[in-house]
Amino acid sequence: MSSVIDHRPGSQQPPRPKRDPAPSRLKYRLERMWLKPLYRRVVRIGGPAFLIAMTAGILLSDEDRRAAMNTTFTALLDKVQSREEFQVHMMTVEGASPVVDKAVRAMLPVDLPASSFDIDLPALRLQVMQLDAIESIDLRVKPGGVLAAVVTERQPAILWRHARGIEILDKTGHRVASVTSREVRPNLPLITGEGADLAVDEALKLFDAAGPILPRVRGLVRKGERRWDLELDHGQKIMLPENGALIALEAAVALDRAQDMMGRDVSVVDLRNPSKPVLRLGIDARNTIRAAREMPLLAPDGTILKDEKKGG
Amino acid sequence: MPELYETQRAMRNIRRAALQRGVIGVLDIGTSKIACLVLRFDGTGTFRETDGVGPMAGQANFRVIGAASTRSRGMRRGEIETMGETERAIRTVVTAAQKVAGVRVDHVIACLSGGRPSSYGLDGEITLATGKVHEHDIASVMAACDAPDFGRGREVLHAQPVNFAVDNRTGLADPRDHSGNKLACDMHVLTVDGDAIGNLVQCIRRCDLELAGVASASYASARASLVEDEQELGAACIDFGGGGTGVSIFIRKHMIFADNVRIGGNLITQDIAQGLRVSLPMAERLKTLNGGVEATGRDDRDMIQVGGETGDWEADRRTVSRGDIIGVMRPRVEEILENVREVLDAAGFDSLPSQQIVLTGGGSQIPGLDGLAARILGPNIRCGRPLRIDGLAHQLTDPSFSSAVGLALFAAHPQDEWWDFEVPADSYPTRSLRRAYRWFRNNW
Repeated sequence: MSSVIDHRPGSQQPPRPKRDPAPSRLKYRLERMWLKPLYRRVVRIGGPAFLIAMTAGILLSDEDRRAAMNTTFTALLDKVQSREEFQVHMMTVEGASPVVDKAVRAMLPVDLPASSFDIDLPALRLQVMQLDAIESIDLRVKPGGVLAAVVTERQPAILWRHARGIEILDKTGHRVASVTSREVRPNLPLITGEGADLAVDEALKLFDAAGPILPRVRGLVRKGERRWDLELDHGQKIMLPENGALIALEAAVALDRAQDMMGRDVSVVDLRNPSKPVLRLGIDARNTIRAAREMPLLAPDGTILKDEKKGG
Repeated sequence: MPELYETQRAMRNIRRAALQRGVIGVLDIGTSKIACLVLRFDGTGTFRETDGVGPMAGQANFRVIGAASTRSRGMRRGEIETMGETERAIRTVVTAAQKVAGVRVDHVIACLSGGRPSSYGLDGEITLATGKVHEHDIASVMAACDAPDFGRGREVLHAQPVNFAVDNRTGLADPRDHSGNKLACDMHVLTVDGDAIGNLVQCIRRCDLELAGVASASYASARASLVEDEQELGAACIDFGGGGTGVSIFIRKHMIFADNVRIGGNLITQDIAQGLRVSLPMAERLKTLNGGVEATGRDDRDMIQVGGETGDWEADRRTVSRGDIIGVMRPRVEEILENVREVLDAAGFDSLPSQQIVLTGGGSQIPGLDGLAARILGPNIRCGRPLRIDGLAHQLTDPSFSSAVGLALFAAHPQDEWWDFEVPADSYPTRSLRRAYRWFRNNW
């Protein structure tokens, strides 16, 4: 309440009309409509969803725009992926011999530097694993842009001679490499015969068990893909059973050690039936026996010679 | 009368549908303020019986989820004077209540305080053909009540069976399955001015709301402020409103009389404005803050600033004493109470066993009113507040909201009305067909 009233013309403001607190009929109806749950849901969820879908649909219906968006997206992706932080600059191969190292490097078809997003490590690994000489490989991208391959090579354990050549096998029987002749790896034992590579484990055990006669051993021969023959020099042969070959060989070695069995003129030690070992004597021994018995001697091919005394 | 029957039945069906949907609004359109409560009926109820208030009035199955009140506009003496203004006020209050509740209100129950209500006590009697009271006998006995000529343009607002008597056993609340030869019925009919109620219906319809029931304001406030014993033993409820003072008499839980004295609080305000030469808002303020009916010596020294915007310093610096205000108010309050006394006398309140009188409504907050009323009306006076209902905010629990609360109770537990019973059937097959049709319409 002002104590002095301004009566000058123009300074008297018309009384401001009082605001009507009542909502207008339109506002009232809108508010009531807004309180309908269905309407509310349609406006708050359905409307925006429809708008977004329609906008996206309209934008994407244009082929050029779609292509442009695709290009932009690809460019953006490339830009991110080809950042310096993701580049792989060098490759290290650990634990491989020079030959394998070279093969691995040749086999990883990545021209460095490349983005680490472009290097598909599982596929590369599978590819490298096709090399027989590699037992396992651990491929990873190390910080600093290094593609590190830690290679475990297969250890040559045995030579396998078969109809198509000579191969080096590891102790599980997996091929490591091929060699042209036995002399390339004279330190490795030799096996031969069809299916010999499937029984490398047993063969290695047999070579271990051969012990004292090992210098005389020429190799193991797989017979019928089920049992082994141990070939010694001078044409001697130890025929081992299908089951219990190791025990049988140990028995033969024991016999040899006790009685110098293999030093005698024995051509074949047949241990195929463990309960009934059989020896086949050499031709000289049999002739000696026959001579003592005054029987006709045998020719080297086993035929009976004519008695020169009787005949002559 | 038949079309009224149909209207009331339709409203009852709307109310039932609203209760099934679970949300109903209560609209108390008074002369000085409009209140709207939004009720949610949720069957099991959030109120446990151990909470104390629960089942006493049986209102445990609803709660108030939104409430608002605003100043009334366009109302005069409890009737709609300017329909557009009233409609705006209804829109305001409904919008506010809806906003609080967060749900849309489609069905409302309204009350009518004016409309020159007049009560009639009717009685009817039939002979029972089967020697036993059946459901349709009740409808028949109510139809047999001989209605007097209510006058032109009168509409029946309430028609409640108050008492049943079988042979000479009277005072039955539920006579069904009683054996006897004669069934008699007392019915209380309250009629109001048809135009007043038509205006109300029209006004509510213009606010896009469906009317699910109409009750008399005196009845509603008595439902809220009379406790159960008072309703049972007999009591009068006097609702001091702005435009009129409602009087209703209850006994044995039935309203037996209702009337309206057309002098209310607004007239007191007007007296103050005229007598003290202040503006109407200032007079209202003086009345509510400094009003009273019993002057003491201290009140003469209690000077109150009566501001003004006249620009005249002398006029704007006037003070009145509280004794002056009391001096203006008291004769008018006395006049109201005298009129109430006349109404009660005309209703035969003296012959009731209990002389309890309950004052409620906004006017009952005048300090010292109960002492003055005791001198004029009788010794058993108390100031009643409405029953507590679940979820109602504390500021809406004062006596001026008793008719709103009563309407809520009325919505939850309506008393039997005449139209709750089937029309006496002329032929059974059509009735059963109609019932089947109605069952389908209500349930599908």
